[in-house]
Amino acid sequence: MDKETERRLKLTAAKVRKTGLQAIRYARSGHVGGSFSVADILTVLYFSKMNIDPEKPRWEDRDRFVLSKGHCTPAMYATLALRGFFPVEDLMGFRSADSYLSGHVEMRHVPGVDMSAGSLGQGLSAAVGMALSAKTFHKSWRTYAVTGDGEIEEGQIWEAVMAAGHYRLDNLTVFVDNNGLQLDGPIREIMSPYPIGEKFKSFGWNVLETDGHDCARIAEAVDAAAACKGRPTVIVAKTIKGKGVSFMENQVRFHGSVPTDDEFRQAFRELDGRIAELEE
Amino acid sequence: MPQKISTRVAYGQALAECGADENLVVFDADLSICTMSCIFRDRYPERFFEAGIAEGNMVGMAAGMASTGKTVFCNSFAMFIAGRAYDQIRNSVAYPHLNVKIVGTHAGLSVGEDGATHQCIEDLALMRVVPGMTVVCPSDANETKEAVRAVAAYDGPCYLRLGRLAVEPVTELPGYRFQLGKGVVLREGSDVALIATGLMVQEAMEAADMLRPKGIHARVIDLHTIKPIDRDLVRKAAFETGAVVTAEEHNILGGLGGAVSEIVASSCPVPVLRVGVEDRFGHSGPASELMERYGLTANHIARQAERAVKMKKGSPENS
Repeated sequence: MDKETERRLKLTAAKVRKTGLQAIRYARSGHVGGSFSVADILTVLYFSKMNIDPEKPRWEDRDRFVLSKGHCTPAMYATLALRGFFPVEDLMGFRSADSYLSGHVEMRHVPGVDMSAGSLGQGLSAAVGMALSAKTFHKSWRTYAVTGDGEIEEGQIWEAVMAAGHYRLDNLTVFVDNNGLQLDGPIREIMSPYPIGEKFKSFGWNVLETDGHDCARIAEAVDAAAACKGRPTVIVAKTIKGKGVSFMENQVRFHGSVPTDDEFRQAFRELDGRIAELEE
Repeated sequence: MPQKISTRVAYGQALAECGADENLVVFDADLSICTMSCIFRDRYPERFFEAGIAEGNMVGMAAGMASTGKTVFCNSFAMFIAGRAYDQIRNSVAYPHLNVKIVGTHAGLSVGEDGATHQCIEDLALMRVVPGMTVVCPSDANETKEAVRAVAAYDGPCYLRLGRLAVEPVTELPGYRFQLGKGVVLREGSDVALIATGLMVQEAMEAADMLRPKGIHARVIDLHTIKPIDRDLVRKAAFETGAVVTAEEHNILGGLGGAVSEIVASSCPVPVLRVGVEDRFGHSGPASELMERYGLTANHIARQAERAVKMKKGSPENS
């Protein structure tokens, strides 16, 4: 990836974080930590890798994406809005009763969302079904999904992982957003899913690891996944919960708690600084 | 004696016939020779998928498949699909209103010897309370085939409840027409309405025969669609007969009896007595013996019908 492309992706990811945080501020509700950890992955997929058309969100031959960790709507909706699926201003209604932008990803009313999710562990199964559809009906589009590292404590995830391995779904690429924290604390302490890569490998998956905040490396991993034949690919992405705002990083509190007014101000200052730095 | 066929066998044949539609895909969770989806599998192996013994993932995969424009049938025993995969059905299928047909076979006590863990008596209640879900429980082979075609043609989530046991044909009548959301009056009568679903329709027909010599003319209604329920037909039956008995191979809480009571109470209050499993678990045993022990027989329906008639306003015993 050339430096200019990388700079633009980093800038977009910073804007995704800022826009997502604005949505949370309007709503006084929403999940900031996991949104910030997944922001770079979403940016690379939606602004560089996925074959999509914001003008035709239901285009039959588009690549599909499932946010299995469905609570990270601030990042997801910010990404879709910035990509042109709907007006950024609509995020001012996020989580409000009159808005179509619900708390968890929802496919019927939100342009660009391919699958509703929210009850953890279910999205990956849907992604497997999508990839199986493409295989069965000889379609060339790909399916992408992101799960949380806490989410993979759900048994259904491993049913889906088994099925994708069994059906050799090489048109499926899954990210594990490995930020190490879940609502109640560090995943190692709550219910350790480690070693993550080995588990996927034993189910017949191609396992890649990457820095989930390095846009160039994420893009390389996505390309390597597409090149792998006969097996689905998981990209275990090492990330930082709350990435991009100093005092939110690696803090369990920012899983779902809303920042204070002072914290919002400080966070926007940092994100604006980052945006200005990348715009130069 | 007309031939008895179970609704699951009729389902398997009808599903295979629906397979001519190349958009139709079938999943099963290691029970295809029981749910009879094996007939489809043998005819269209490229569009049949094993999920293995993992029903939650099966329903999720079906949702993903349906999101790409396919009609998806998803099979298991009622207990292990409506029960175990309830959350997946609710959140991955019904909430996005995807075109997935949840098929629960071996419903109710008539599973027999396998016992309580396999005897699902809660599925109608579970599926009925999910917003936007269509719930169908056909009474015989003929109606099952009609139901399969109808749910396949309908674009949205459905639950189809089927049984293991062979049942008598009750709908092979001139003029019979199946329509989703519309009940069928199988016999006219003005003293009491017997509203039944699934294999209890055959029992209700027999109960009507038993009541005749006692001078009670029972109307028999086959309510194959539990949701959306045929409100007009139920209301009319309550109004015209003044007494209702429901019959289902299901807990008396939350299923057909619950649904009928809700309508009658709010539109035409008359006595409603419910025949079904009285809020307890099933047990191992031969199906016919269990039906007897749990009161799921024509005899029992007839007795309740007599009680309901006596409870009517204006009945000599009530004056």
